[in-house]
Amino acid sequence: MLAKRIIPCLDVKDGRVVKGVNFVNLRDAGDPVELAATYDQEGADELVFLDISASVEGRATMIEVVKRTAGEITIPFTVGGGISHVDDMKRLLRAGADKIGINTAAVLNPTLVKEGSRKFGSQCIVVAIDAKFNAEWGEWEVYTHGGRKTTGIKALEWAREVERLGAGEILLTSMDADGTKDGFDIKLTQAVSDSLGIPVIASGGAGRIEHFNDVFQQAHADAALAATIFHYKEMTIREVKDDLRLKGVEVR
Amino acid sequence: MIAIIDYGMGNLHSVSKAVERLGYEAVITADPAVIAAADRAILPGVGAFGDAMQNLRETKLDEVAKAYAASGKPMLGICLGMQLLFSESEEYGTNEGLNLLPGKVVRFAGDYKIPHMGWNKLSFLQGQSPLFSGLTEGHVYFVHSFHVKPELSSDLLATTDYYQQVTAIVGRGNVYGMQFHPEKSGELGMQLLGNFLKM
Repeated sequence: MLAKRIIPCLDVKDGRVVKGVNFVNLRDAGDPVELAATYDQEGADELVFLDISASVEGRATMIEVVKRTAGEITIPFTVGGGISHVDDMKRLLRAGADKIGINTAAVLNPTLVKEGSRKFGSQCIVVAIDAKFNAEWGEWEVYTHGGRKTTGIKALEWAREVERLGAGEILLTSMDADGTKDGFDIKLTQAVSDSLGIPVIASGGAGRIEHFNDVFQQAHADAALAATIFHYKEMTIREVKDDLRLKGVEVR
Repeated sequence: MIAIIDYGMGNLHSVSKAVERLGYEAVITADPAVIAAADRAILPGVGAFGDAMQNLRETKLDEVAKAYAASGKPMLGICLGMQLLFSESEEYGTNEGLNLLPGKVVRFAGDYKIPHMGWNKLSFLQGQSPLFSGLTEGHVYFVHSFHVKPELSSDLLATTDYYQQVTAIVGRGNVYGMQFHPEKSGELGMQLLGNFLKM
């Protein structure tokens, strides 16, 4: 049986971790590489770096972060944020990233998914989908530009489309659940996971330890991503995994 | 010195870094003389079987790899690199492999998620193998859509379970293969790689 994965996400700007991180034993809590190594030791199954740099210099710094991280950690990691060309993907993969996350760029240019997966393999291409419930439709809508723009695209249809185009995995963020700490969006995650043949990483809403069990057992997610609760040490990855193991969920 | 054979397939940086972290000198190389002189050779690889074999043939590294295997020094294929050790693959038509071990590479087929991607638990079938010295069974990181069916069960050292028994580690004499990525498999991955390098 494949183990369910727990994935911390780090927001990085100009080579520094931006969201407050509350680790006492770090020499430099703003260094993404040191933080990545800490999460690796704590039992994280993968890591996601979200580059929120706005400048060219900031993006160049990310390449250095990726190179250093690849030398330090022993688990796979994904880099996302502002990647819009196959050349960007190539640079990051060559620097040592295992997977590339694309979001807005995939919506604007779906052939990017196809080109990327053909060139580097499906397993390298993670399509991130930000979705919010549209009451008028009675289903979820895709948002881009960090959740600021509506697209008129149905999330379920988009997920199927990117699978067809060659995406290896979906990183599904519920904008409704994100930041609430009330738990992952079970309905959205289940709807997407059950209609795809590729893994789904659920994101947004983790607040309590049982939320992880819910998203795996009820919503059939393959992995769960969280940021705040791990960064602020509200719970450790070990604690989450111990709880899952008790409840009969296979974890590493 | 540990040679990581560079035939233009996949990211070799992580494998090289992992070898260095274990305290060995790693060289990413396509130079036949450097490979032949190395204490250990690693054949990595991500991508399609046919493309990989074509690259190996065009660069004559297929013969270099076979000669290395015949030299008796330990050699390790990782992921696609393990699959290349076998006789043939059905990935995009039938393609011949290096034929160092008898067996076929076949596609996963069934009503489950493909690729087999993520952390899965190893079962050691031949616990006495030096590769497993001091280790206990645990999870390692897999990413693959094709898997190996070895002809001889004696070549099968460890398996994992993904809707069927899946070949995870193979070995015969000095030639070894790991379907998962030891360089991405946490502590157990590093220990397995370490045991290979120590042989």
